[in-house]
Amino acid sequence: MTPVLELRGIDKSFGPVQVLHDVSFSVYPGEVTALVGDNGAGKSTLVKCVGGIHPIDSGSYFFEGKPVQVHSPRDAAALGIEIVYQDLALCDNLDIVQNMFLGREHKRGLVLDEDTMEEMAAKTLQSLSVKTVKSIRQHVSSLSGGQRQTVAIAKAVLWNSKVVILDEPTAALGVAQTAQVLELVRRLADQGLAVVLISHNMNDVFAVSDRIAALYLGRMAAQVKTSEVTHAQVVELITSGRSGDLGLTNGVPA
Amino acid sequence: MTTTLKAPRAESRSIGSNVRGYAERVRGGDMGALPAVFGLVVLCTVFSILKPAFLTSGNFANLFTQGAAVTVIAMGLVFVLLLGEIDLSAGFASGVCAAVLAIMLTDQGLPWYAAVGAAILTGVVIGTVIGTLVAKLGIPSFVVTLAAFLGFQGLVLLLVKGGTNISIRDETILAISNKYLPPALGWGLLAAGVVGYAALQLLRARKRTGRGLAADPVSLIAVRVGALAVLGGLAVYFLNLERSRNAAVVSLKGVPVVVPIIVVLLLVLTFVLRRTGFGRHLYAVGGNAEAARRAGINVDRMKISAFMICSTLAAVGGVIAASRASSVDPNTGGSNVLLYAVGAAVIGGTSLFGGKGRVLDAVLGGAVVAVIENGMGLMGYSSGVKYIVTGSVLLLAAGVDALSRKRAAAAGLR
Repeated sequence: MTPVLELRGIDKSFGPVQVLHDVSFSVYPGEVTALVGDNGAGKSTLVKCVGGIHPIDSGSYFFEGKPVQVHSPRDAAALGIEIVYQDLALCDNLDIVQNMFLGREHKRGLVLDEDTMEEMAAKTLQSLSVKTVKSIRQHVSSLSGGQRQTVAIAKAVLWNSKVVILDEPTAALGVAQTAQVLELVRRLADQGLAVVLISHNMNDVFAVSDRIAALYLGRMAAQVKTSEVTHAQVVELITSGRSGDLGLTNGVPA
Repeated sequence: MTTTLKAPRAESRSIGSNVRGYAERVRGGDMGALPAVFGLVVLCTVFSILKPAFLTSGNFANLFTQGAAVTVIAMGLVFVLLLGEIDLSAGFASGVCAAVLAIMLTDQGLPWYAAVGAAILTGVVIGTVIGTLVAKLGIPSFVVTLAAFLGFQGLVLLLVKGGTNISIRDETILAISNKYLPPALGWGLLAAGVVGYAALQLLRARKRTGRGLAADPVSLIAVRVGALAVLGGLAVYFLNLERSRNAAVVSLKGVPVVVPIIVVLLLVLTFVLRRTGFGRHLYAVGGNAEAARRAGINVDRMKISAFMICSTLAAVGGVIAASRASSVDPNTGGSNVLLYAVGAAVIGGTSLFGGKGRVLDAVLGGAVVAVIENGMGLMGYSSGVKYIVTGSVLLLAAGVDALSRKRAAAAGLR
């Protein structure tokens, strides 16, 4: 299977500080790839490089097997890469439909085409089997944390995106809502999307992911299938960069 | 209205659900126009009982011409307030534009349309400069517009040459606040408005039902159209009564010319805010500027255009004020005009915190301010008392705004 998104040998520095060292990262369609690592390991930087917010210093970026240049968030969006940030970036004073189409409204001439947008939003939410919201004309301010996460995710998949990156989607949620969001994450992958899940929670990672990529101090310690590793091994990869045969030897990939 | 009574159960249920939804929003802290409408009813009742002169056709017409300039300036302020910014210079900006109008009419001898054009162009330039300073340099709008407030006060003085008073004799400009529509035309415009409103609502509901989307029931539309027809009909009827003391010498009846101007502004600006991408983006920037930026909206450009719209409408307000006073002096747009305008927007339900507000708020709040000013004048209170009462009402409205926000936060709605 060819990865839909593949990075090879990525380096990234901020001034004198090198944050990413020779990082390779592959994401496959129909799979959930968990991106794990301790604080400061470089997860956010890697995601921002993927999303075009930070330009990469060196290394290559392949999308569907072809080398591409991503210089801005617009380039990433044009390829079909959507990132759902932790703070969600929703407008409380707008309703669900308005938020989902923000900045990309459908218009007929000068006038907003509300009916088409409402239909498309309803269809997308339905395809994600979201049934918890009362009305899609509800203001986002009246939604619970899990529902807001759902809206942010639905907003990301509305655009025929191929890769959806979720930055700690369950960090602020309760038990029931976490289960709901994880279920949604699984469903996205089952529909053929490539999903990247950034998480600190091993239970979440093992519950939904197909692959795990562990970053350690700016290096990719290992990219493994979830079924082939144990909980403890992943924790070791995160905290020390290696675990048995897996991981880095003397700070360099084996 | 009879359709409401005969409405089938399914429809009356959806009216019920509409009412319930509204009640839920109010309890959740989203009061909307409720305080303004409530205040308007209470004030009108009190003044009519205490001072029967309040309820005469002559005074009713007076209310409109009295409140018009402040209402139009408030409409512009709504755009700035939506972004969570403020324009303290709107009052004197209207004064500067009025002075430009007067100079163009008298000194330059230009026709009225050229003079009005010059005044409005002045407004556009003022707004662009203020907006650019706020958006590009990042100076807080409070400071920029406070500086502009002082600067424009001086500019008006210079323009009218140190306190002289430029009188305006142009018939067309004077007509705005001092002439009235023929009674038949008033009725005609109202009928056109009601029929147009009904047609739009029905067409929209039909289109949505056709696509399988939730639409307003016909009974609800009938109630809305009926309410508009009754309120508008009463207003036009009162304004069409003869209010001249001596009708044989000079007849005085009809809707003031300024009323259709305000209605047109209300319709156009409401359309811009509710039905265009520009309006949607204004709300988005006011609600969460970072989210708007990430969605690809140019936040700086939105800010500059909001200030531009605000100052442009201030210019229109200045023209109306000049027409009402038949002259421009150093105090045009000064003293209480700005506070009344901000008060009108906030009393109507526009939030000082950004993201919430409608153009209709400016009209409702403008009505409240005009009624206070007018009623208290009739009761013989001095300016001092009027200022104190209006200030208290503004404080009350801002308090309601802040409290409803807190309440929404406590209810977990924000």
